[in-house]
Amino acid sequence: MQQQVPILKIDDFWIASVQGSLHDQDVIEFKQALLSKITQPKSNGLIIDLTVLDVVDSFVTKTLIDIRGLAKLMGVPVVIAGMSPAVAITLVEMGLSLEGIDTALNLQKGLDKLRNPGKER
Amino acid sequence: MLERRSSIENELDIIAARRCAKEVAKELGFSTVDQVRIATAISELARNIVLYAKEGSIVVRALCEGEREGLEILVADKGPGIPNIELAMTDGYSTAGGLGAGLPGARRLMDTFRIDSQLGQGTTIVARKWKA
Repeated sequence: MQQQVPILKIDDFWIASVQGSLHDQDVIEFKQALLSKITQPKSNGLIIDLTVLDVVDSFVTKTLIDIRGLAKLMGVPVVIAGMSPAVAITLVEMGLSLEGIDTALNLQKGLDKLRNPGKER
Repeated sequence: MLERRSSIENELDIIAARRCAKEVAKELGFSTVDQVRIATAISELARNIVLYAKEGSIVVRALCEGEREGLEILVADKGPGIPNIELAMTDGYSTAGGLGAGLPGARRLMDTFRIDSQLGQGTTIVARKWKA
């Protein structure tokens, strides 16, 4: 069961839309694939769309934090889009607040955020 | 009574176990948020088995106590055991380079959480969630 996450480019923004449950090795490969993309020229932002994920545990959260940290060093902003309310509630209750990570309700709002940094919504 | 057992030996079993737990929770009539809480707690506990004990099992079963209905998670492994449970239950403490949110996080997602561990013998966890 190999889950490849497609990483697409629209304008200068990378968009990775997770398609289903990822096991740990998939998550690690996903992270590496993302990092190789955002180090390419003309990378002005990255959106990770988690709409279909019904469980985001501490392992996935750690990976998101890692990706965001590395992207920040490269000067590439990251937006996490599409987290379901139940997942958000669960993460907060676990004490994983995703502090410092930019989020958006959906892919469209994520793109808007990258296109108009500084402007809320 | 509804009861499902999952053997945990690798990463794929983590996904299978949480999917199974979510199904059971759904069948018992838990809310969507509770289903996610339970599945996430299972994900953390199953990962601990893979990381530390290599193999173990997770049983998810229906609970009935008078009027109350709920779900119980039984985790068992014959791994190395946890030397210091209090430390392992502390936010941010990890020996595997993680966020240290697994055990304390799982505890917060459930209503009751009991952990017993014997060095060299293994670890058992019993956690319950009652329907709101």
